[in-house]
Amino acid sequence: MNNLAMIIAKRLALGVLTLFMVSVIIFYAVNMLPGDFAQAILGQTATPETVQAIRDSLGLDRPVYLRYFDWLFAAMQGDFGISFSQVLFATYGGSAATVNYETVIEQLAPRFGNTLFLAGVSAAIAIPLSLMIGVLAALYRESIFDRVANVSTLVSISSPEFFVAYILILLLAVLNPVFTSLSNIHEGMSFADKLGKTMLPALTLTLVVTAHMMRMTRAAIINLLASPYIEMARLKGLSPFRIIVVHALPNALAPIINVIALNLAYLITGVVVVEVVFVYPGVGQLFVDSVKMRNIPVVQACCLVFAFAYIFLNLVADVTSILSNPRLRHPK
Amino acid sequence: MTLNISRRTALKTAAAAGALSVAGMPALAAPKHGGTYRLGLTGGNTSDTWDSRTHSDAYMINMGHGCVFECLTEVSAEGELIGELATGWEASADAKVWTFDLRKGVKFHNGKAFGADDVIASMNMHVEEDASSAAKPIVANVAEMKKLSDHQVQFVLKNGSADFPYLVSDYHICIFPAGQIAEAIANGIGTGPYKVVAFDPGVRAMVSKFEDHWDADNRGYFAEVEQIYIGDASARVNAIMTSQVDAINRVELKSVKLLRNFVNIDVIDVTGNQHYTFPMLVGNAPFDNPDFRRALKWACNRQEMVDKILQGYGAVANDHPIGPANQYQASDLPQTEYDPDKAAFYMKKSGLGNVTIDLSVAEAAFTGAGDAGALYQNTAGPAGININIVQEPNDGYWSNVWLRKPWCACYWSGRATEDWMFATAYESGVPWNDTGWENERFQSLLIEGRTELKTDRRREIYHDMQEICSDDGATIVPMYANFVDAKSNRVANNGQTGNLWQLDNLRSCKRWWTA
Repeated sequence: MNNLAMIIAKRLALGVLTLFMVSVIIFYAVNMLPGDFAQAILGQTATPETVQAIRDSLGLDRPVYLRYFDWLFAAMQGDFGISFSQVLFATYGGSAATVNYETVIEQLAPRFGNTLFLAGVSAAIAIPLSLMIGVLAALYRESIFDRVANVSTLVSISSPEFFVAYILILLLAVLNPVFTSLSNIHEGMSFADKLGKTMLPALTLTLVVTAHMMRMTRAAIINLLASPYIEMARLKGLSPFRIIVVHALPNALAPIINVIALNLAYLITGVVVVEVVFVYPGVGQLFVDSVKMRNIPVVQACCLVFAFAYIFLNLVADVTSILSNPRLRHPK
Repeated sequence: MTLNISRRTALKTAAAAGALSVAGMPALAAPKHGGTYRLGLTGGNTSDTWDSRTHSDAYMINMGHGCVFECLTEVSAEGELIGELATGWEASADAKVWTFDLRKGVKFHNGKAFGADDVIASMNMHVEEDASSAAKPIVANVAEMKKLSDHQVQFVLKNGSADFPYLVSDYHICIFPAGQIAEAIANGIGTGPYKVVAFDPGVRAMVSKFEDHWDADNRGYFAEVEQIYIGDASARVNAIMTSQVDAINRVELKSVKLLRNFVNIDVIDVTGNQHYTFPMLVGNAPFDNPDFRRALKWACNRQEMVDKILQGYGAVANDHPIGPANQYQASDLPQTEYDPDKAAFYMKKSGLGNVTIDLSVAEAAFTGAGDAGALYQNTAGPAGININIVQEPNDGYWSNVWLRKPWCACYWSGRATEDWMFATAYESGVPWNDTGWENERFQSLLIEGRTELKTDRRREIYHDMQEICSDDGATIVPMYANFVDAKSNRVANNGQTGNLWQLDNLRSCKRWWTA
């Protein structure tokens, strides 16, 4: 077990380093884009004075590295700063002090909640579904079922997300109005309403991630079916279903869990297109909006959240695959 | 008998059809109160606030001056100037002193009574130090504001302005409660027919009927208005097709035909003042040469651009910015058309020989700007003008390309009055004069028109200005782009929609009702 703790500690340390690197790269990358927040927000209506007024109030004229370190020190103390988006306009003359600025956390938290909700619903559908299809495909390999499952999941993963989304909208919202094409969930909606509105984006994501997990399940199980202990089980006269679920699956878990973790991370970080098509108020839309506006504090926070999701889920995957494998659990 | 339909029969049929359509027209039904009006609009941002000084796109203009706030005056759907919070106005002979009578019995959403102080404080918001208000130039012209009584305000202007009552209908100049402006900006407190229930910037806004509104019977018929930000054009069309919203703005031109097939959906397609332009900076050769500019004007196939870039949802323009929603559009001016011979003639006259010029384009300027540039390149070639298209990034287009590159693509939403439009982008020395073009006579007419109160003379002045602009000006204005929006038949209006802005001048929440 000490060994496991070591691995976790090492991974966490590396994770923090990764987060740091990500924040440096993103900060500089956003600053390299043409234009800054002042120009982006004023657009065609920018005049030199108004641009300067905004730059002064946000300190955008200072060197990039100074701004980065300011941000870094604040962030290390848990203060991710105030979102640029409302700063300028919350001020009115001298009364600025009376108005509370929206902090990055305040802006990000509800969106992140929504993103997790969508990821959760999609995962709740996709993971059992792909495991089931994967096991069945392994059980009836080379059969019609196996072929159909393979081809259809490959088709859905190969189609661009927005295309899958539009097909689902056409089938399930326009022709047969079962679900709504707008997923504009908001606070104060009942859970059932939220679930109903989230169904189409969740189904779209399910179609996108199922193939990967299902094929990995199938491959991992089939890989094991040639092993001597499976042969033994078969010779004992066990049913094929029992052989696969009880004997093969536990030993195939490690690669499957890895793929699931990867896909979970994708569900959190890679759903911008789906959010746009379904008007789902998740982090993705906020992220794109913030990059467009050069709203650096929010961009930074979004990136950290995304990077953290990847690092954390991969860590969880590694730990569970160690736990699921006695050989790794008790190393010599 | 005969297969020919006689003229008489045709007339009868037409009359019957007319009678039927009148009888069946929901427009004639009396407005109903109640119901929820749901809009799916683009143009929202996470940086949106209730500060009307910063409103610049449909989403917040509709929520601001279209729901929660009110201005002194408004432009009606018919294009007339009527009072909103003002009941009447009067000018001195030189158009320098304007006296506004204010409506009595008006309350803000927080219960505060509306009066002259609120008007003065709201106007002052735009000239505060550091205020980034797009209406600054309008208010900066006010030298003094006098409170004559609780319900009368006098504006003394630095320079006379015959258009002043029009200018205060601008959606930036909403009336906020004096002394509580910071609070009003934070929470959205105005005098409008709807009060704020929920506001999530860039996502959703919800307002409900303000029962104490001064004209609750005739303005703001809906019990609730829910406005959802839908950035994706297809998602907006899906939303109205599946009845999840009752109105959308900016219908993608490609899908207009499909939408028209839906009996439940009305496409609202109006030509207003919105126009696309190709401004040339006259400080750069060869754009300083008027004959070269004329050659470029004749080398542009406007009709082709309207047909291909706007898919027919627009109209050809004549190198001046005054559109059909303006009072004094000079529609009798000879239309500059595509004529490679004339273009070649002016090229010869300019004495430049063969020239190659760069045209900077990006979709940020307007949808299809790149394609419009390609069309231009194609039609200018035969006249001996080589256009080199430079594809610029959308990011930073307005700060790095517009006003910087010698020739680029641009758009203007247009202005309600001639003077306002010219003063914004054509007057000598103003910051947004995106060509640097100056013309003495144009400038003197502009100044004269400002203080002229007589309609006939104003018509002449603006006619001449459009003519000068069209002939000598440095902006190619090839087309007016229509506002194309859609509404479901669950909401109704009186059959007239404004053409100053999208969706009935973005005042549909105040004017429409549940069918």
